[in-house]
Amino acid sequence: MEKALKKYSPVFILPTLAAFIIGFLYPFCQGLYLSFCKFTTVRDAAWVGLSNYAKVFADASFGNAFRFTVAFAVVSTLLINVLAFTLALVLTRGIRGTNAFRTVFFMPNLIGGIVLGYIWQILINGVLSNLAKPLLALNTAAGYWGLIILMCWQQIGYMMIIYIAGLQSIPGALTEAAEIDGANSWQILWKVKLPMVMPAVTICLFLTLTNSFKLFDQNLALTGGEPNHATELLALNIYNTFYARSGPQWKGIGQSKAVIFFILVVVIALVQLRSTRSREVQQ
Amino acid sequence: MKNRWLSLGLCGIMTASLLAGCGSNSSTASSAGSASASASGSAAASGKVYYLNFKPEQDQQWQDLAAKYTQETGIPVTVVTAASGQYETTLTAEMGKSDAPTLFQVNGPVGLKNWKDYCYDLSGSDVYKQLTSDDFALKDGSAVDGIAYVIETYGIIYNKALLEKSGHSVSEITNFASLKSVVDDITANSSKLGFAAFTSAGMDGSSDWRFKTHLANLPIYYEYKADGIGFTDAIKGTYLDNYRQIWDLYINNSTCSPKDLSAKTGDDAVSEFVNGKAVFYQNGTWAYNDIKSVGDDNLGMLPIYIGAQGEENQGLCTGSENYWCVNKNAPAEDIQATLDFLNWVVTSDEGTTALAQDMGFVSPFKAAKESTNPLVKIANQYIADGKTSVDWCFATMPSEEWKNGVGSALTAYAADQTDAKWAAVVSAFVDGWASEAKLANG
Repeated sequence: MEKALKKYSPVFILPTLAAFIIGFLYPFCQGLYLSFCKFTTVRDAAWVGLSNYAKVFADASFGNAFRFTVAFAVVSTLLINVLAFTLALVLTRGIRGTNAFRTVFFMPNLIGGIVLGYIWQILINGVLSNLAKPLLALNTAAGYWGLIILMCWQQIGYMMIIYIAGLQSIPGALTEAAEIDGANSWQILWKVKLPMVMPAVTICLFLTLTNSFKLFDQNLALTGGEPNHATELLALNIYNTFYARSGPQWKGIGQSKAVIFFILVVVIALVQLRSTRSREVQQ
Repeated sequence: MKNRWLSLGLCGIMTASLLAGCGSNSSTASSAGSASASASGSAAASGKVYYLNFKPEQDQQWQDLAAKYTQETGIPVTVVTAASGQYETTLTAEMGKSDAPTLFQVNGPVGLKNWKDYCYDLSGSDVYKQLTSDDFALKDGSAVDGIAYVIETYGIIYNKALLEKSGHSVSEITNFASLKSVVDDITANSSKLGFAAFTSAGMDGSSDWRFKTHLANLPIYYEYKADGIGFTDAIKGTYLDNYRQIWDLYINNSTCSPKDLSAKTGDDAVSEFVNGKAVFYQNGTWAYNDIKSVGDDNLGMLPIYIGAQGEENQGLCTGSENYWCVNKNAPAEDIQATLDFLNWVVTSDEGTTALAQDMGFVSPFKAAKESTNPLVKIANQYIADGKTSVDWCFATMPSEEWKNGVGSALTAYAADQTDAKWAAVVSAFVDGWASEAKLANG
């Protein structure tokens, strides 16, 4: 059996491997190459060396987008995880209607980002208009908090499910033992439950952090970067560099922004994974 | 062990969501390829035509015309229409493919910058010889890179019945001052009349081009005219005070508070106009199908007066931002097939009928038929009356980015009409122009 598996393993791996190479590896390498080129379409690239990268750092809008993205990612990651964990705690207590609540909280995640963006744009504009405040397209603060509310609403349910899975995998014997030893519920949460769900925390932090950094659809639909690029996240900034400028040189600059963006996300994700992994405990 | 399974499963979910994030943006092009060619046909029958159409409004008409051509000659013609606002994106994607479009569009000299290296020189082609004037060719030196195929006109469309109801007639309006007095009077009585002067000047992406591009054309036009130029890398903004006047007039006499404009869409303006909530609506001949329920006899069009010297003789804004370009990297037989197709469209009975009647275009070709669009007839009347048409100088705007900057500043100014906010518009207009022109050329 083992031998047969070994013999045929290439056959089983091939479809996935091919899909990975065609769909990910090849475009990625091409993208890397194009970031050093001046091009209009991918077929007529002319090598220009590092000049695209030099222009990226001369472009103030990229720095602004970066700062806005960091501010957004930090706050939304914290809020989403704290709220999702709280919900998970509440919904593992066996209160009535637990399943219904879980379903309801999970549902926003099933709606596409563009649709959500437009729905929230209407909602938030409605509120702002009633309060006689400047609407979203003129209001950086509203755009920022709008994005955070939107992302919380969309992602909390998803993260909640992961936390619930983590909480349910804690053996009852552990919490029981802690109770018998006289720990109160607060202590059980901090000293027993939280260390035990660290794997879930790792995953959730990773997902929310990278999602926040890569956010595009919701940003495009909710604010479109208005007013005047003030609420533009990195991904939208790259898109605008690519398509809103004239002249072939901008495609290359957009591409090198994308490469820098990729490196940034990878570094942040790795640092985060390493730091939370080290806190995971073995059962 | 349990823990391992949990993390494994989560890893799976994670990868899936990562991959979903990387999903390519599939072009929302609506494709309806033509029927495959029958074997009959002339020598050029080996070629094929692939037209990436810019105008979603005329998608069906192009499909029909292409099918007719294929039936007649056996040459396959594929027409694909890019979704509204997605032309540049779709074109970039399509041009990278092995079966790239043989026929595509650019919107003028600035759009041409991106695609110059792909444009076949049309100076020896039959379709170029059909042009009524060389003004409609997009040239780069002596090479003809693009050919305008539709001439469009915009101005302030008005509802005749409502204007009469307010006690005014269009003959009163001959310049900015008289337009303003009529508008002010309508606004003063709007609660009694039940309608406003202007439709909402929506600054949503579906409508803001009417102001950041089309309205902004007027100060540019007058500046070019005063300086005797047709293109510049540094606009001076001589007529920006006039731009402010007309913008003030639009936003303060409309159906909604200027603070709400940022969220108003193009559809909002159309429905206000069609439902008789406003007299004036700035748009062009292409909008006819949206507003025809107002009634052909009830529609009129006024020049956009901004208070410039001698504007009593100003006509509507007429020009083109639709230029046909032939892909020079296509196989020779495809290029020939495309040129033959174009020539057929602009000379044959079926082609000219489709252009003029089905699509309602005014085309600058010798054999062109008269358009049935009533707004076009109004536009022709202005020319017959000896008014000077305003050129479409907005094709020389340095980039999309510039337009967006002006649009943002205009929206901010509309919500808070102070001199400081207007200074931001001026800065986006003048300084933005210089920096964008530098970036586009650099």
